[in-house]
Amino acid sequence: MEQWKEALQKHIQEERILTSLADRYSYSFDASFGEHLPEVVVQPSNRDEVVGVLKVSNEYKVPVYPRGQGTCLSGGPLPVHGGIVLDMSQWPESIDLRVDDLTVTVSPSVLTARINEEAMKHGLMYAPDPSSAHVATIGGNLAENSGGPRGLKYGVTKDFVLGLEVVTPEGEVIRTGGQTIKNVTGFDLTKLLVGSEGTLGVITEATLKLVPKPPAVQTLMVTFDDVHTAGKAISKTLTSGILPSKLEFMDQACIQAVENFNPIGLPTHAAAIVIVELDGHPEALKVEKEIVQEIMQSIGATDVVVPGNQEEADQIWHARKQVSPAIAKIKPTKVSEDATVPRSKIPDMMARLEDIKQKYNVEVVCFGHAGDGNLHPNILCDKRDQEEMKRAEQAVEELFQAAIDLGGTLSGEHGIGTMKAPFMENELGATGVNMMRRIKDAWDPNGIMNPGKIFAEKGQKLVLRDE
Amino acid sequence: MSNLQELQKTINYDKTFDCVQCGYCLPACPTYETMEKETHSPRGRINLVKMVAEGKASVEDLRDPIEKCLGCMACTTVCPTDVQYGQILEGAKEVIEDHEVKSGAQKRMEDFLFGSFFPSKGWMNTLGNMTWFYQKSGLQSFANLTSVTKMAPLHLGYFEQIIPKQPSPRKRAKRTKRYLPKRKASAKVAFFTGCVMDSVFFETNQNTIDLMVRSGLEIVIPEQQTCCGALHAHAGKVQNSVELAKRNIRAFEEEEIDYIVNNAGGCGARLIEYHHLFEEGTLWRERAERFVSRVKDISQILVDVEGLHFTKPVDKTITYQPSCHMSNVQGVKTPPLELLKKVPGLELKELERPDFCCGSAGIYNIINYEESMEILDVKMKDVCSVQPERVVTTNPGCLLQMKLGIEREGQSEQMDAVHLVDLLLEAGPQV
Ligand SMILES: Cc1cc2nc3c(=O)[nH]c(=O)nc-3n(C[C@H](O)[C@H](O)[C@H](O)COP(=O)(O)OP(=O)(O)OC[C@H]3O[C@@H](n4cnc5c(N)ncnc54)[C@H](O)[C@@H]3O)c2cc1C
Ligand code: SF4
Ligand code: SF4
Repeated sequence: MEQWKEALQKHIQEERILTSLADRYSYSFDASFGEHLPEVVVQPSNRDEVVGVLKVSNEYKVPVYPRGQGTCLSGGPLPVHGGIVLDMSQWPESIDLRVDDLTVTVSPSVLTARINEEAMKHGLMYAPDPSSAHVATIGGNLAENSGGPRGLKYGVTKDFVLGLEVVTPEGEVIRTGGQTIKNVTGFDLTKLLVGSEGTLGVITEATLKLVPKPPAVQTLMVTFDDVHTAGKAISKTLTSGILPSKLEFMDQACIQAVENFNPIGLPTHAAAIVIVELDGHPEALKVEKEIVQEIMQSIGATDVVVPGNQEEADQIWHARKQVSPAIAKIKPTKVSEDATVPRSKIPDMMARLEDIKQKYNVEVVCFGHAGDGNLHPNILCDKRDQEEMKRAEQAVEELFQAAIDLGGTLSGEHGIGTMKAPFMENELGATGVNMMRRIKDAWDPNGIMNPGKIFAEKGQKLVLRDE
Repeated sequence: MSNLQELQKTINYDKTFDCVQCGYCLPACPTYETMEKETHSPRGRINLVKMVAEGKASVEDLRDPIEKCLGCMACTTVCPTDVQYGQILEGAKEVIEDHEVKSGAQKRMEDFLFGSFFPSKGWMNTLGNMTWFYQKSGLQSFANLTSVTKMAPLHLGYFEQIIPKQPSPRKRAKRTKRYLPKRKASAKVAFFTGCVMDSVFFETNQNTIDLMVRSGLEIVIPEQQTCCGALHAHAGKVQNSVELAKRNIRAFEEEEIDYIVNNAGGCGARLIEYHHLFEEGTLWRERAERFVSRVKDISQILVDVEGLHFTKPVDKTITYQPSCHMSNVQGVKTPPLELLKKVPGLELKELERPDFCCGSAGIYNIINYEESMEILDVKMKDVCSVQPERVVTTNPGCLLQMKLGIEREGQSEQMDAVHLVDLLLEAGPQV
């Protein structure tokens, strides 16, 4: 046996080191593309074990890849150079709520929705709500800086992190930030680590901020017969003095897909629908609802639906949630992107998507968090059709470029991982990427920590095909 | 066809592509929770099937993950892309079975069990009668009585204490083939008696008939019927299970009937999937579809005919443990609860996670005893926190498992487990 594998056994129980082929294949993928076989999978359950594993990795220069529940859409936990997958999902759950401080300290394995569930019991809320919240770990959320529909009003994961405990690539333990809401001591390493996709260290504990749970919510569903008007309505709403908690968008293809999948009576003739959620005091909501309704109508909405009760509102949100599965029925393979543009540029982005669709002859549909410009263009194809996948690759490339050209970014929430690494320079420029690389090299001199992510290797290209 | 192509077909390689690896099924899967590895999750299992189909892993690599799957189908209820996990699982089992090199003794034992034992009314009666004999005579161990128990390392000894009291062979022999209600029958129902159900839970079957007759239904019990084939399919013996399906379809075609009623969640789940066993466009497919369209669980039929009201209060706190196969495959969720709500005196306390499998899963608890007990422990924690006096189930396997769970927790003084049907009969059903 190789020395490093033997060395691992000193730090972690034998049954927590998985080496069978079946086990290794089970940690060879995430929710994106590509499959890479690790040499071992290690399942730590406390900080000391992580320290031990990283010391071994660092000493023997074996790459190590942290992994939560593998729901990443950009290839973040893939063991692209073999080595060790560090499965953080089996760490015992711990949620330590300090109600009077409005903070909570959690273990990395906790499923995000669980934090909100616990907070709700005390009239509080953990605001970041990625749609994978009941599957994904908070560790994964922190590493990816995940966001969700509520991001519009409340922000994304990074806006809720007060402090972290991290094991560095050299196997040292550091604490960043703290327990207080305000903290300006020194460099903000907390924010640097959040969104670093497991390339700078392993998160072993996090202290998060909670907010009061809004007493009431109000949903509205607005229909438009062209995308441009929808875009204008979104901007007008946001500048009216009202900040909705969610502002979601679905294009016609999505509406039709949902209706085919599970009909609930959405307007299939509409070019787009915008779903608005307001939250706050019930009295304030009454007024805000009126204002939003007026704005929408004055701009040219063809219909505004105000649900009469919670059940009807739930149905609208259910329709929004059904988009992902529904569009998967169009074609089995879903390349789900999260290119984000300035809010005023949403209609332009939609036009670019239409061009891309024609040019490469691929199915493109679009929905997403319109309130913050975070769109989810999805290219639907079939993994078994290599020729189509090639066209999909080209379409994705062009889609990224379109977002950047419009002053946007490669990723609003899914991260860079392996999938978008080749495009980093297009957005940040060579020097921009180089500064990031220098930080990475300083933290991780032996380059063992989740290699192959964020930073492209020479000649690396986007690959959606099995090669 | 090349070997790999053939393998891909049997293992349903094509269906694995519906999985987008989103992981939504992970929190729903009991074995992922207790075995703590992606290898024992739905997503992991589907991926391994794919790896085997692509020649990257061997059938042997697949065996343990597939054998440790409960087949509870909780994963299919949350899957956003509607992956046909049941068919992938069955395909995998078939491939594993085809690849297995078995010793002569093992083969003979399996041939006996699956070929003769479960499908045979005679054997099932014998099993029931022997149990009765054992219970009456106090013979050393049930485990020594039937050949089933020689399949080490089974833990039948544990199950022995929880098997219900058996009726005498005379009583068993007394059952007739037709029962008529007092007034004019509103519908004609053929009763599917099941194999183990009819042997070990003979009384429950009699009570089922009783309930239906009281509801004003005419009952026939087709004599040629046999085991539903679920156990065979779970063991990868697809051909056997197709044969049994044909025998049942034939048996239930003998006279004009409105419904085919069963009282075992697991059997029901098999029966309503008979048509999947035959290719589209064939005559057998058509016959199977006709059969399937009439299959109902006893709770559905009782709710549909709405004949009964209950006269005797049952002053007990109960909880309901739904059978996975009934909820997740048959989609029968509310009828048992509706019936329970009609019983006066009952206080129903819901489990925190009713949809979590109890670990019985056909004969999973016999073959994978340790793994099954870990799952049962999770279930019992939930049950104990509700503190019911009674656990109500709708499947013989679940019923035995819950009884075992109660024993293991040392709760048998405070709690018992019953089949829904038995509880309903106790509540004085009348029209
Ligand atoms: C159906 C679906 C919907 C989704 N919706 C959203 C959404 O609305 N918003 C959104 O932002 N994302 C979304 N995602 C993407 C994904 O769920 C998130 O990126 C999530 O944060 C990943 O968490 P995970 O636990 O699965 O981590 P993994 O996928 O296992 O890992 C993700 C990254 O985190 C790193 N990592 C994991 N744990 C640690 C740790 N303890 N320390 C250091 N690094 C670590 C890994 O190395 C990897 O780079 C969605 C995914 C799916 C499949
Ligand atoms: S929920 Fe369905 S699509 Fe998602 S990983 Fe599980 S089986 Fe695959
Ligand atoms: S059938 Fe049950 S045990 Fe098997 S993978 Fe699905 S949820 Fe898990």
